[in-house]
Amino acid sequence: MSEPLLKIRNLWIEGRSDETWNPIINGVDLDLNKGEVIGLIGESGAGKSTIGLASMGFTRDGVRISQGSVVFDGVDLVTASAADKRALLGKRIAYVAQSAAASFNPAHKLMDQHTEGPVQHSVSSKGESTEDGIELYRRLRLPNPEEIGFRYPHQVSGGQLQRAMTAMAMACRPDLIIFDEPTTALDVTTQIEVLASIRDIVEQFDTAAIYITHDLAVVAQMADKIKVLLKGDEVEEADTRTMLSQPKEEYTKSLWAVRSFERPAKPSVITGSTPVVSVKNVTAAYGTTDVLHDVSFDIHEGRTVAVVGESGSGKSTTARCITGLLPPRLGHIEFDGMQLPLDYRKRDKMQLRQAQMIYQMADTALNPRKTIGETIGRPVEFYLGLKGKEKRAKVDALLDEIELEPSQYRDRLPSELSGGQKQRIGIARALAAEPKFIICDEVTSALDQLVAEGILKLLAKLQDQLGLSYMFITHDLATVRAISDEVVVMKDGKVVEQGEKAEMFQPPHHPYTDLLLSSVPEMDPDWLDDLLKERGVDNIGDAAVDKM
Amino acid sequence: MTLIYILLGLIALLGLAYVFRLGGQAATGNKPFFRDMPFGVAFGYVLAAALLLFSVWYFFQPTETDGVPRAGVIFFRWAVQGFLMFAAAAYLFRLLGRSVGTEGSKKLFRSMPLTAAFGIMIIIVYAIVSIFAGVIAPYGQEEVLGAANIVPGGNPAIGGNPEYPLGTDQIGRDILSRLIFGAQNTVGIAFVTTCLAFLLGGSLGFLAATLGGWLDQLLSRAVDALMAIPALIFALLLITIATAWAGSASWQVTIYMILIIAVIDSTRVFRLSRAVGQNIVVMDYIEAAKLRGEGLPYLIFREMLPNAYAPLLAEFGLRFCFVFLTIASLSFLGVGIQPPLADWGTMVRDLSQFINFAAFAPNVAVAPLLAAGAIALLTVAVNFVVDWMLHKSSGLKE
Repeated sequence: MSEPLLKIRNLWIEGRSDETWNPIINGVDLDLNKGEVIGLIGESGAGKSTIGLASMGFTRDGVRISQGSVVFDGVDLVTASAADKRALLGKRIAYVAQSAAASFNPAHKLMDQHTEGPVQHSVSSKGESTEDGIELYRRLRLPNPEEIGFRYPHQVSGGQLQRAMTAMAMACRPDLIIFDEPTTALDVTTQIEVLASIRDIVEQFDTAAIYITHDLAVVAQMADKIKVLLKGDEVEEADTRTMLSQPKEEYTKSLWAVRSFERPAKPSVITGSTPVVSVKNVTAAYGTTDVLHDVSFDIHEGRTVAVVGESGSGKSTTARCITGLLPPRLGHIEFDGMQLPLDYRKRDKMQLRQAQMIYQMADTALNPRKTIGETIGRPVEFYLGLKGKEKRAKVDALLDEIELEPSQYRDRLPSELSGGQKQRIGIARALAAEPKFIICDEVTSALDQLVAEGILKLLAKLQDQLGLSYMFITHDLATVRAISDEVVVMKDGKVVEQGEKAEMFQPPHHPYTDLLLSSVPEMDPDWLDDLLKERGVDNIGDAAVDKM
Repeated sequence: MTLIYILLGLIALLGLAYVFRLGGQAATGNKPFFRDMPFGVAFGYVLAAALLLFSVWYFFQPTETDGVPRAGVIFFRWAVQGFLMFAAAAYLFRLLGRSVGTEGSKKLFRSMPLTAAFGIMIIIVYAIVSIFAGVIAPYGQEEVLGAANIVPGGNPAIGGNPEYPLGTDQIGRDILSRLIFGAQNTVGIAFVTTCLAFLLGGSLGFLAATLGGWLDQLLSRAVDALMAIPALIFALLLITIATAWAGSASWQVTIYMILIIAVIDSTRVFRLSRAVGQNIVVMDYIEAAKLRGEGLPYLIFREMLPNAYAPLLAEFGLRFCFVFLTIASLSFLGVGIQPPLADWGTMVRDLSQFINFAAFAPNVAVAPLLAAGAIALLTVAVNFVVDWMLHKSSGLKE
């Protein structure tokens, strides 16, 4: 066999913190042939992105390659001079960042940024590369390919921006592209579109690619082979099909098993019982524009209602109506059969206490200047009137409940916790009020799959112990399958379908529910092909939504 | 002609830089440090080396030619000596802090850069001097002594007097004593004024950020109107009016001045705290606290304020310097702190004509610079400390 295009041997990378160098990557090897796609997967902190950047001979500030070699087509990028690297990067090696919205320069039009690389590397003139850019936009199935390049980044949607960035990476027809979580920030329906176009274009130009993601189902569609990483060590590497069907290592198996968590179905609600929370014909507006139209659903005691839909469908707005942050224009909210004041400022302490909220971004939901004990202790003191020793005992009990050791965590600041632990503190703060009802707003979407599973299990356990009711806002249908009893599907501020979970996952569906369900990537490498065949090439993602 | 010399010097330096980089590459066997060094960086190294050599050469030039003192060399020497002295003092002070005190304070000093140690040292010295001014000062601030215009330095040969180490002013008051009392007056008044400005601007700013709506509009537009008028001219105008109200009581003028500067400066504090507050108020933890049913004082003081310390502290340091300079400027213009109270701004004004002696009698020219130096030193020290605190609280690591 000929020499691989990219050959990484015994790569060690260190990061500097507290005046010492700590290892981040411990001796990883990687081979990539021309036209081949390798998937790098692992939790956050596993070193996926670090390896991705290192394959361009680049490290972030405060990080260094301590030993090993990264040989790209005969050139060792670790020891190559800056000038030599400049000649390769952008021309033969390209990079697609996670957040296209943050990576484009907002002050320049897309096409000006697109043509910069080819012109700089003297691959083609500005005019030629503009024409080529339009052609690439067409192949990536962007709407109005002739015209879209002359817009500014903020005038283009997230999924389109991600595709424009892929086009930009293709501008010099590189031999290697590094995709760093290109679809993580996108809705499922948009994700499919980006995935399909990335795969097409990689195949068309026979480009090699490193595809970094934490979503196994996505990597199954994209990669020829998969490498699993854990804390800077390689766990295993194998051909995609082999890896999915017969993972060897325990860690890989546990990753694969995450998606199988599902709680047993509960008996259905007794008809005629009073729901804990009842949303009655709510219509709400931001300014003069209605964003919710006649939304109604009930949440019964001890049950979880999942509210599903893509971003902008009104899920979080519904939550804001229930909490009273956005008083509805029409309709009202009932709690235990009693009508609640619409504005949260008019609700009394008892009413506020009964409905608590857990937020998506644990980072912004916890005050960074308050210790865990203060954060959890405040609602204990505020609602239950406990002080001193009693308060402390209650806080410790709550920490026990969320499975964190009290003596170890009580006096820490949020910055000293991991993402999953912060989310647990958010749960504890909600529990501290001893509520009946909790709104969970995308609580797992910012977390790794293993950690997210832990949070879901914890929420399920608490529900069983305390008889809590949840309103679970999410766009991830795997989460819905795992935790919900009932499902409400929303689109454009309207409820399109609602019912018991079992019913919802059985056909017949509302066409939008069907689209959502079928867009969730599955762990089958042929899934994307089958889906595209079924929908027809031009009928995926946004296009399919528009046709409805 | 001079231009040609400068040009030639530059070309020589550029050539040297090229040789330096080439030599470095050859000597180290093409290490990445020299290999990837941009030409601009190489030029920077060479330029820095050239400047260092020049300063050493200039430092050892004779201080006078044919009996005429060379002011440039003398002032340069003083500057270098002062710089080294302060650096050494700061180093010793940090060493002291590392070995004396509690475990916590020792740890603090260990992680402290030299600039911050310098700043803290100067602030402590100023604080001690202004608190114990009455004890430390050899003479009273209003005391008119025998001889006027004694030259600083205490050298009788050039018109000094060892009894008055920093000389006396135009009506024969001891400059050292007046500097010490000036610390009390100027720094004390500036501190009070800054605190008032923060109390006013900070609380209104947070209130505007939290409540928004018409209150925010009202306050913000009022602040806009105040800020549209140039600060110093506005202050001058108001103080002129206040002086008419106050009549002959000079302490009343000082009170009015404090209030006027506090109000004018609070507009800047308002802008900052409102902007910072608006960024904090959209955080989910504020929403959580609101939904819990917390009152306004808890929201502002317990949830928001701790997260605004860093920018507010930085602003406090800067604002203190500005207030301090404003008071000095007003005094320099004759409407600030009223004589016979000693004040650094007034002292600079009173002695300013001696600056003209700089070319042939450097010692005489020092007289007005003493007060100006005292102002500059404190400003630099406060900024060093604020920079360090900001760096620490922002969690940045070196």
